[in-house]
Formats: sequence, structure tokens, C-alpha cells
Amino acid sequence: MTPAGILVDLTVLLVAAVATAAVRTPDPVRQAVVLSQLGLLLALLFTFLQAPDVALSQLAVGTVVTPLLILLTVRKIRRQGGTDGGAGRRGRGGDR
Amino acid sequence: MSRTARTAVFWCAAVAVALCYGISCGHLPAFGGPFHPYADRAVPTALARRTANAVASVNFDQRGFDTLGEEFILFTAVLGAAIVLRRARDEHVVSPRSGRVLPTVRLAGTVLLPVALVTGVYVVAHGQLTPGGGFQGGVVLATGLHVAYLAADYRVLRAVRPRTVLDLADAMAAGAFAALGLAGLAWGSAYLENVLPWGTLGQLTSGGIVPLLNAAVGVEVGSALVVLLAAFLDQALEIETG
Repeated sequence: MTPAGILVDLTVLLVAAVATAAVRTPDPVRQAVVLSQLGLLLALLFTFLQAPDVALSQLAVGTVVTPLLILLTVRKIRRQGGTDGGAGRRGRGGDR
Repeated sequence: MSRTARTAVFWCAAVAVALCYGISCGHLPAFGGPFHPYADRAVPTALARRTANAVASVNFDQRGFDTLGEEFILFTAVLGAAIVLRRARDEHVVSPRSGRVLPTVRLAGTVLLPVALVTGVYVVAHGQLTPGGGFQGGVVLATGLHVAYLAADYRVLRAVRPRTVLDLADAMAAGAFAALGLAGLAWGSAYLENVLPWGTLGQLTSGGIVPLLNAAVGVEVGSALVVLLAAFLDQALEIETG
């Protein structure tokens, strides 16, 4: 097997492991972080498969935008949930 | 439907999908093999049209119409999200408290913000030469702008992100892509035909219509993502019910 083939196989296994971890994470905030790692691994996988264009898109959307939208949604829901203690505090619920 | 019935339906479907998928995978050409029917046609066409990045040539020249559809998928998705997330009648705006930012974070943000923006413009402008293009560069531009929020606070981010201008830029760039296609009808034979001079391979101006379409997509994606994130950020930080 070629070195590139080994890298691809290794990354596929890692992607499968992290994807399973993402599914098995019940808390959306933690899940967003796991998803961001999954996005990073997928970007690596696309790079090893010689698809740098797709890797760049994956890096930007999967690693940054999707987790950020999840975190912002969670923060909005928590604010509305009447938890006054955490309403105005930055950093809680991952507002960044 | 009861739980047992649901599980039974799931396993039937799962086995069927697994069987079909397994059989199809068995018929695929071997990974890394010499059989590349699409590359054998697309890459020579890309080079003949002086577009060094074959992916950009496929996206914006050989199959430009598909990209037009994708562009409007993003446009309508962001439009929908902005409409759903707008301030409703029973909601009011509260001013977000400014947070404490570590001086080191502020320094890193001040240095990184221009670097990120230049990188974004670079990726958009070199779409016809190197990996990347309008979509990737646009996302870098949009997310890079939000470094202002990390390094300062929401009021600073709002100042560097004029929402009305970006709303207009989003719509106009989406329209510009569709309008550029009309040049193909006027001077060529088909919509989105590459009628501009193709230039020299490897030059910034090569590829004919490809860099122009890339620029339109870059502006569209960049402003659309900023508008989308602004709608989410407004809801998460400013808008309260009641």
C-alpha cells in the first residue's frame, strides 16, 4: 500500500470514530465542538484525496460556520429559558 | 407506529441500502487507478480555455449553469433564515453588555483581522489559478470579519459590518452572476458561454469569464454569510421576547 493510501485509510477511520462520537454526544454545546473537529478531519481527508478545493470549503463551513450557528442557537434558547443568572454573561453557552 | 415496527422498518431499509451500496461499490473503478473518464475530458478542456484550476473551469465555465443554481440555493436559504429570524412584533432589542477582552486577544485580533481579509480576497482573486475561489474566499472574508467580535465586542463588529450595504451587495452579486451569463447570449451562442478572451495560462486575468464569476460569487457568499451570522447574532445577543 502506498503512503498516501495509508494516510487516507487512517483518516477515514478517525472520521468514522469522531462522527460516532458526535452522534453519541447528547449536549449540543459539546456536540458543536466535536462537529468542528469532525470538520477539520474531513478537510484533512479531502486534502489527502487531492481535493483541495473541497477541503477549503469543508474547513470554512464544517469547522467554523456550522458549530458557530449551533452555539448561537443554544445561547438564544438558554437566554429565553429564563435562566437569568446566565442571561447577560458572556462566555456562557458559548457566545463566540 | 410502535417501537418494534419502527425498528423492523429501519432494519429492512438498512439491509436494502447496505446491499445496494455494497453491490455498487463493487462495480466502482479501483481507487487510484488509471480509469478517469471525466478527468480525461475536463482537464484538457480547462487547459485549452487557459484556466489552470480545472475545478474552477468545471464550476464556472464548463458547468457554469449548475453553479448559478447553487448560488441561488445559498441566496434563498439566507433570505429564508433572515426572514424567520427578523425581530417580531413581540420582541424588543436590548443593548448587549460589552465584555472584558484580554489585551493579548485584542492584539492578536487586530493583527489577524486584516490578514484574514487579505487572505479572503486572495483566495477569491486566484480562484482560476489555485485551489479556492469565490465560495471559499467568501467564507474566509465573512468569518474573518468576525474576528472583530472576538477582539472587541458586538458594537465594534456592527460598525465594521454595514448590514444594509451587505444586504444590497448580496442581492446585486447574485444578480450579477445571472447577468454575466447574458453576455454569452449576446456575443456567443449559449447562456453563460465563456465569450471573453481567455488570456494566458497562469495569469491573473486568464480564464475569460471565470475570474468575473468568481468575484461575483465571492461577494455574494461573503455578504450572505455575514447577513446570516448577523441574523443569528442579533437573536442570540440583542433580541428578547416580551
